[in-house]
Amino acid sequence: MPNFNDILILLPEFYLVAAACLLLLLDAFMKPEQRPMLHWLSIAVLLVGIYLVIAGQPSQPVTAFNGMFIRDGVSEILKVFALLSTVLVFVYAKPYLLDRKLFVGEFYTLTIFAVIGIMLLVSAGNLITVYLGLELLTLSSYALVALNRDSRLSSEAAIKYFVLGALASGMLLYGMSMVYGATATLDLAHLHMAASHTGMPHLLVFGLIFMIVGIGFKLGAAPFHMWIPDVYQGSPTAVTIFIGSAPKLAAFGMAYRLLDAGLGDLANHWQLMLACLAVLSLAIGNLVAIVQSNLKRLLAYSTISHMGYLLLGLVNAGPEGYASALFYAISYALTSAAAFGVILALARAGFECEEIDDLKGLNQRAPWAAFLMMLVMFSLAGVPPLFGFFGKLLVFQAAIHAGFMWLAIVGAVFAIIGLYYYLRVVKVMYFDKPVEGTEVHLQKDVSVRVVLSLNVLALLVLGIAWGPLFGWCQSVFVG
Amino acid sequence: MITLSHFIVLGAVLFCIALASLFINRKNVIVLLMSIELMLLAVNINFVAFSRFLGDVAGQVFVFFILTVAAAETAIGLAILVLLFRNRSTINVAEIDSMKG
Repeated sequence: MPNFNDILILLPEFYLVAAACLLLLLDAFMKPEQRPMLHWLSIAVLLVGIYLVIAGQPSQPVTAFNGMFIRDGVSEILKVFALLSTVLVFVYAKPYLLDRKLFVGEFYTLTIFAVIGIMLLVSAGNLITVYLGLELLTLSSYALVALNRDSRLSSEAAIKYFVLGALASGMLLYGMSMVYGATATLDLAHLHMAASHTGMPHLLVFGLIFMIVGIGFKLGAAPFHMWIPDVYQGSPTAVTIFIGSAPKLAAFGMAYRLLDAGLGDLANHWQLMLACLAVLSLAIGNLVAIVQSNLKRLLAYSTISHMGYLLLGLVNAGPEGYASALFYAISYALTSAAAFGVILALARAGFECEEIDDLKGLNQRAPWAAFLMMLVMFSLAGVPPLFGFFGKLLVFQAAIHAGFMWLAIVGAVFAIIGLYYYLRVVKVMYFDKPVEGTEVHLQKDVSVRVVLSLNVLALLVLGIAWGPLFGWCQSVFVG
Repeated sequence: MITLSHFIVLGAVLFCIALASLFINRKNVIVLLMSIELMLLAVNINFVAFSRFLGDVAGQVFVFFILTVAAAETAIGLAILVLLFRNRSTINVAEIDSMKG
């Protein structure tokens, strides 16, 4: 029987569901000129959510609803950063949405529902919760991608995302059904015990393969990356920034729950599979990004390569590896939010600023924006002392300690290849002449300017003082 | 005598038909929606069969959730399909190719 204590454990989630429903109602009864209030209310809702997550942090892992829901250190840190990056998304997205007449309540409500999906997913203690959290996240994302109803590209991106996302869910479910057949339980903790002495080990490994395919799709790791470039390019940038940040934390959480909490005993099987995914992601992501001329598409391929680095950490299959992968996911979510934030801040009505050529001579027109973009590109490329560098260093270390020296070498080689296309963006901004007759400038909105600058400076500060954050990441996987 | 493996083979065959039609079909997006539905039903057969033969009811509970979510998923898929048709006046899979590379 669920009791009051269970509800207290799920307080942040219950609160967000109630708040999202209230926002939806408020939007329906609001006069159009009052709508900007909705924006600040949504941000306040998320900030209170962060407070509830931190304030209710249990000292020991606790479960609710008969083990369906786990609240432990891993879920807390993922939730805090997922909510934080969504706050960034809301701040950056507002001027873009206003300029394109997309400033509607649905954007805020759907995004908050997607975040609730993320929170459920990273706290899942049962295969059913994994599935429900995942679907809440992806169903909201499909609708968000199609937000711009009159755009050909947006609807094309949405249908591609939908078909491939549904295929991935189908694969994941098929894997889950096989794992269920081999172990007779859906509970991840019981699964962990049952997996070691199942009578049908082949069925279990068969199911594991399908589950890895599903996880690969959700992470966007090659060869299951086909949806990423089209979805990033086709959806409105205000939605791309969301899909590019918080769901990556969710994908890490899902991989951790399923592979470690559920099937940790099969690590010797899935380590090699993840290593193959990592090499393919690194190769395809970094090589194809070189030939892109569209900035959003370039960042999409860069995402694929970053998921490859994240997998290097997971391959370790120990606390050190998970901590480094978690650190990498957080650094990627914040950096990616900043990268799309700069694009959003440079875009205006009738100008998307999504071609690399649009940035030509940016330094002469908007030096601060060029400087911020340069720091973001350096962080993505992994140039010290920025945030991205230590993420890469830690995952390489984790891979080497697990005996995957060759994998770390492959990762380092592709990091150098990747440097080329990040530096190309910097070169275009600083050394090319601006195109005559065009105009690029930062958005006037003060909140965007301040938060974007703070976001990018955080990349620098966290790059120099990365110890405390990594210490937090490590502490959640001990014991 | 019908055994567990009969059901699992049926599930696998349905799953493969769904996968094949997802990749072979180049004509109509609605067929894609149908194959996604078929894929989820194949999974449901697996769950029900395992649940019955293992004597554990959790698998059948999972099936209820999958059915419900599949309905929501199809609703969103059809809504996106309507958008696609309005913007392009076609739902031919081979013509949805304005983004490449």
